[in-house]
Amino acid sequence: MEQRLGNTWRMTVNEKKFIESALESELRVDGRRPFDYRALTIKFGREDGSSEVQLGQTHIMSFVTSQLVQPYRDRPNEGTLSVFTEFSPMADPSFEAGRPSESAVELGRIIDRGLRESRAVDTESLCVVAGKWVWSIRIDLHILDNGGNLVDAANIAALAALLTFRRPECTLGGDDGQEVTLHPPEVREPLPLIVHHLPIAVTFAFIGDEHMVIDPTHHEEAVMGGRMSVTLNANGDVCAIQKAGGHGVMQSVVMQCLRIASVKAGDITSKIKTVVESYKTDRALRMVKRHAPINAVDVNESGGKAKQILEGQKLKSEECSVSQSDDMDVEQGRINKRTDKNRSFTGGPSSWDPYSEGVNTDELKATLASRGSVAVPMNLDNLGDTIRDETKSDEPLSDVNPVSSSTDSAGKEMATSKEKTLQDAVKPKNKRKKKKSSNTAAV
Amino acid sequence: MEYVNPEGLRLDGRRPMEMRQLRAEIGVVSRADGSASFEMGNTKVIAAVYGPREVQNRSQQMNDQALVRCEYSMANFSTGDRRRKTKGDRRSTEISLVIRQTMEACILTHLMPRSQIDIYVQVLQADGGTRSACINAATLALADAGIPMRDLVTSCSAGYLNSTPLLDLNYLEDSAGGADVTVGILPKLDKVTLLQMDAKLPMDIFENVMQLAVEGCKAVESHIREILLENAQTLVIRQGYGS
Repeated sequence: MEQRLGNTWRMTVNEKKFIESALESELRVDGRRPFDYRALTIKFGREDGSSEVQLGQTHIMSFVTSQLVQPYRDRPNEGTLSVFTEFSPMADPSFEAGRPSESAVELGRIIDRGLRESRAVDTESLCVVAGKWVWSIRIDLHILDNGGNLVDAANIAALAALLTFRRPECTLGGDDGQEVTLHPPEVREPLPLIVHHLPIAVTFAFIGDEHMVIDPTHHEEAVMGGRMSVTLNANGDVCAIQKAGGHGVMQSVVMQCLRIASVKAGDITSKIKTVVESYKTDRALRMVKRHAPINAVDVNESGGKAKQILEGQKLKSEECSVSQSDDMDVEQGRINKRTDKNRSFTGGPSSWDPYSEGVNTDELKATLASRGSVAVPMNLDNLGDTIRDETKSDEPLSDVNPVSSSTDSAGKEMATSKEKTLQDAVKPKNKRKKKKSSNTAAV
Repeated sequence: MEYVNPEGLRLDGRRPMEMRQLRAEIGVVSRADGSASFEMGNTKVIAAVYGPREVQNRSQQMNDQALVRCEYSMANFSTGDRRRKTKGDRRSTEISLVIRQTMEACILTHLMPRSQIDIYVQVLQADGGTRSACINAATLALADAGIPMRDLVTSCSAGYLNSTPLLDLNYLEDSAGGADVTVGILPKLDKVTLLQMDAKLPMDIFENVMQLAVEGCKAVESHIREILLENAQTLVIRQGYGS
């Protein structure tokens, strides 16, 4: 039940004394004043519902996912919200892999209490069929680097992820109106969560007998006699408090902390809101791009996919020991990149081209031609003749294009394999693999 | 639901600022170095203290202070729905941590370096306020074991329902979804060591509720002191007969 002492990094007496005596003159080791917060940066991932928060040295990632589950029996018309913490062993020497430690559990509980008990997330709107299906929202917090004050950073990460999270829309159908149909995000725009208010955690550390600092670093955490995490929202409502033992403080000090924390909570709330707003506008812009001319999008997406496939198949092509094909893969990757870049320019393709030196112009023309052909799937077979390796990248294209049926692609595969007889006759194993992959792609 | 009726009485007939009946007994586990049971109305917990003794796991030994460990568990029969709770669930892990840190703050650990003190608390009946009852029981057990302490930590909870601050919530009031503030104080120093709160409360109301809980803690403290005095007197009398 005790893990804290195994590998805990212990501070020398000198260092402790230094921190304490520096505080006598209101100085902290990192140059802050007692009630200054460290620099806070919030980043978002490409997908909805992921965030990355950096508070000084502390680094936390947060992911929000949803799932349809059966509700709890005592709350049949409410969705669920759960918080899971993962202390990566690389973040701190005292974190160990395996079962969550006491501090991990405490962190999860503090975040959970702040979000759930204060009803920050509207759980009733997560109900699909009362007593049968509700959405279960899961927040995963990954501590990547422990620079102290995990509570505040984790809380901000959780909020940022919740604010950007979107769950797929679902409708009821069937004879009894109980059948749930889930709509994939491409068909219907996913729905954001309803978040009533933002409970912000602000942590105080009590060092020595009368010193109090906000947002302690891990050095200060090693020295402190007690800690208090106060969770409040911008309206000045107290949502949760956790002071689990440690040095006693006067009641008046507690109230003073609350007042300081409410100011900080206001600052952090506005920071989170601006960051989330800019993410949302970015996202909206991305959506506009996605709905623009279908051809352009097809090329972009398939280009990306083709690149992935190419990387996967590089091994195979090496097995084939055709030195040329390998080179071409790389070249094509470059071209893809360039075309992607060009697409974002409004004034037509740029003439600046740093890569063309090493590229055979004939091949370049051929590949560019194939690029144009993507929008017209009928040409695919002809292209197989022009460039052998191009077929590799074309396979995934056929599955991107909804028009081409499985038989089509199978026929194409036959054609391509005919083309390859010279090399593939040596290694029949290879051919079989390719068949399989094409089948799965078709399905 | 109405938690305070127009006459100003709560569901179990108490006034808003009234505590449940407190009962405490010392020396309920004969093998332990110190033990106590503590009741707050229908909530009943039992605590046992072992130590100071040799550190079991040498790697955890500390050369400047005693190692304090705490384990909180709830009996399967303690709640209304009798389901088997896994031992290491998140709630009990957290409460263990909270009790340990609270007791650590009041034990003079620097007087017992290289030793270990184990505190085991078990909830026999749960009717709200188990956390507070556990801390009170642990304090009594530590005092019974003769472990040097700064002060007697006492704890009490308070809540806010129907726009009335209520002292010492029972299970029904606790699960009503209103605010719940658990406070642990060092009464002589008049300092707050434990403070846990959930749900949402405006700041000025929170101050009132916390004040109420602190008053409750002080009431618990005077009761615990009485019990300890009584126990000491009986021990003296017994010794007098023995000699």
